[in-house]
Amino acid sequence: MSLEVLAVDDSRTMRDMLNLALSSAGFTAHLAEDGVHGLEVLEDIEPDVIITDINMPRMDGFGFIDAVRSEEKWSRIPILVLTTESADELKAKARAAGATGWIVKPFDPAKLVKALQMVAG
Amino acid sequence: MSDPMAEIRASFFIECEELLESLQDGLQMMDDGDTDSETINVVFRAVHSIKGGAGAFGLDDLVRFAHRFETAMDEVRTGRFIPDSEAIRLFFACADILGDLVRAARDDETVSEDITGPALEKIDVLVGLEEEEEEELDFTPATLSFDLDVGGDLGGLPDLPDLSDFPLASDTDEELPDLSPAEDLPSSGGPKGFLVVFKPEDSLYASGNEPLYLFRALRDLGDISVVCKTGQLPDLNSLNPDTGYLSWTATVHTEEPELSVREVFEFVDGLCLLEISPLSGGTAAARPNLTPSVPKPTATPQPVQAASVDSAPSHPVPLETPSQAEIETPSAPAAPIAKAQQKSVPIATVSDAAEDDVAIASPSTSSGPTKTTGTPTQPRATVRVDLERIDRLVNLVGELVINQAMLSQSVAEAGLPPNSPVSTGLEEFLQLTRDIQESVMMIRAQPIKSLFQRMGRIVRESSASVGKEVRLHTDGENTEVDKTVIERLADPLTHMIRNAVDHGLESPEARIAAGKPREGHVTLTAQHRSGRIVIEVADDGAGINRERVKEKAIEKGLISADAQLSDADIDNLLFLPGFSTASAISNLSGRGVGMDVVRSSIQSLGGRINITSQEGKGTTFSISLPLTLAVLDGMVVRVADETLVVPLNAILETLTLTDEDLKALGPETHVVQIRGGFVPLLDLGAELGYRSPLESYVGGIVLLIGQEDGNRAALAVDAIEDQRQVVIKGLEGSYGRVPGIAAATILGDGQIALILDPMDLVSQASGRTKTRQPQHSLVG
Repeated sequence: MSLEVLAVDDSRTMRDMLNLALSSAGFTAHLAEDGVHGLEVLEDIEPDVIITDINMPRMDGFGFIDAVRSEEKWSRIPILVLTTESADELKAKARAAGATGWIVKPFDPAKLVKALQMVAG
Repeated sequence: MSDPMAEIRASFFIECEELLESLQDGLQMMDDGDTDSETINVVFRAVHSIKGGAGAFGLDDLVRFAHRFETAMDEVRTGRFIPDSEAIRLFFACADILGDLVRAARDDETVSEDITGPALEKIDVLVGLEEEEEEELDFTPATLSFDLDVGGDLGGLPDLPDLSDFPLASDTDEELPDLSPAEDLPSSGGPKGFLVVFKPEDSLYASGNEPLYLFRALRDLGDISVVCKTGQLPDLNSLNPDTGYLSWTATVHTEEPELSVREVFEFVDGLCLLEISPLSGGTAAARPNLTPSVPKPTATPQPVQAASVDSAPSHPVPLETPSQAEIETPSAPAAPIAKAQQKSVPIATVSDAAEDDVAIASPSTSSGPTKTTGTPTQPRATVRVDLERIDRLVNLVGELVINQAMLSQSVAEAGLPPNSPVSTGLEEFLQLTRDIQESVMMIRAQPIKSLFQRMGRIVRESSASVGKEVRLHTDGENTEVDKTVIERLADPLTHMIRNAVDHGLESPEARIAAGKPREGHVTLTAQHRSGRIVIEVADDGAGINRERVKEKAIEKGLISADAQLSDADIDNLLFLPGFSTASAISNLSGRGVGMDVVRSSIQSLGGRINITSQEGKGTTFSISLPLTLAVLDGMVVRVADETLVVPLNAILETLTLTDEDLKALGPETHVVQIRGGFVPLLDLGAELGYRSPLESYVGGIVLLIGQEDGNRAALAVDAIEDQRQVVIKGLEGSYGRVPGIAAATILGDGQIALILDPMDLVSQASGRTKTRQPQHSLVG
């Protein structure tokens, strides 16, 4: 099924790659460059799933997840965290922030798609 | 379609340059004492993002270096390591190497480990990190390769309601034969598969996880049957929507290892009770056809056939057989249950709620107000344009300027009054042409920052090599300069910075002895000043030792021993070719290595270079450059019926000669006395071979041409016609380099006029003059 995905990452390269991976999979990709921008985009679209980087300027991933979760209408959107580290600490932190799951960078497009399906059908 | 990964790769390297720039900025701020966490974060993020992208492209060297650098920056970020200036210096060095690695990766080159290794070791020692061999290995990146057919495959993925391929218990018998061959494999020590007991905790739902999707992912591993345990489900009145009441038991028949099953539950690990056990051999449970028996151990609830996951809400669901509803429930974890509760409707409504849940997403796919389906939200509106296209535009604008000049000339010749509509219209046209020209040139302009940042590295490296402590300050880095000018400034500027560090600044000991701070300062500034770019390189060193410079110049025969030189004249000796070699000034606080080269590079850009120096206080080199290389302000002069253009920036002043100004030194050699100094007179007509030298120059007009090296000359011309902007048309492509001629232009009347290179002309003439008149110095 075609998912609508919001991908938030401050790295242009990463956004390009997410965009390519998502659109190649037949998904619709919406891109945002940090948490603040992500929230703005969320006002306009209702994604099936969100992918977000953690370390970003203005509003980082934790702040972003927190803001999404605290808004009733978005509170149940699955959120995957993009991380270069697979450290348990980071996972715990992401989970505590309300993330649904995580993707370790550099991501394998097939695994990304699988992870998305795991959390959003 | 071009290769999208190649495009992303190219764009990655562009982003890297930007990141390297922020990295330098951030480190500079840290070096200036900024301890703001966001500053440190910027530095961390820059390294982190470079690593992230590099990993995706399998740029292992870059990843490895960035990873260690990042780890160190993480220590700083978390406050475990507080960097001192030495540490920051090392970070700068690492940033430089990171830049080298980026460029090497871009150009398919490598950076020697002799460079990266020691830096990494130092950084590890500095922040107290052990070498992270293991982690390095751990970070072996999975290179991305996009199989663009993926979309096709995924197109076939089942939509949410389409769960019909979950095996029905009744179907499993029929499928049994298909599975048998696999089970007959010698390696199979029994049934292949796992029994998964899964009980979500409340937090699982809060994290946005969805049991239904997990089972679907499980289904991808093999045949599956799922039983939902509803025993803990309270009656509706006491149901807490935030509580997970359900648990499941799934039997998966798969060839996959347990790890694959665990991977499915990776995200919910810790958020649920999860037991995965291999299907035990020899028992009925081992066989797919025994699936219905699986629920038995889990028991109290009614076995639910997985197929019911599929059942649409249209199926009547009586309360006493809640199984279906329960399976549906996961689609809508907490809130829909709440909905059901509020509505006080039979639990079957939950299914509707679940449907709603799906439906919520659906309208959104077609109704968002600023729907950008297919076109991702673009963060910034920029366009990348091929430089050639811009240059074509620049050329066209040049033609427009010429055309406008021609038109002006025709209007003037037609004798139209200045207030005529044609004249006023032309005036506006003139203004517009200038505006267009400036706008076009702005496209080519870019901040000089990138160049300045490169100088940071030069300062760090050269100061380290001579054992001095030097801090670089930059100002006006956002000043925009033509791209070509920036490129061509890199070498001369590097030279000047190196000289400032090597020769301009004193050793730390000498500085302290002179009552100065140990650390020397080099300041690099850029600004727009009266239509030109002025770049200054200033140091707070000892200044030029003029006595020594003069001695050296006499020794080398560049000036006569009795030459009367002003301070400025002496300073400008440094620009003379052959003034100095490294050995000649290595013990001097003067400078001079290759300054003649610097000067000629600057001149080739239509620029000037000046020195001012104050003993004990320091030296400032000031470069003044035209904003563009396409158009120049020139003085249109006539010589022997030829029209020539002299770049305005070369002209110091214009004079009309009197008898007293002129001194004859021979039949063809004259000098002009200007404010007590003597300047050789050059007859432009004769120099260019248009005519033979004049008998007398009294009453003639001369242009005083100044070179920052102290060489000056008076160019005799017949008349000054105009002062105007001219479009530069290169000649070198057709004629090669013509001595004394810089380029050509087209004047308003369509006539072609040569643009002089007066400096070149003067230095050629001075070569001849020197041979003829060795007793006379051109300086002064």
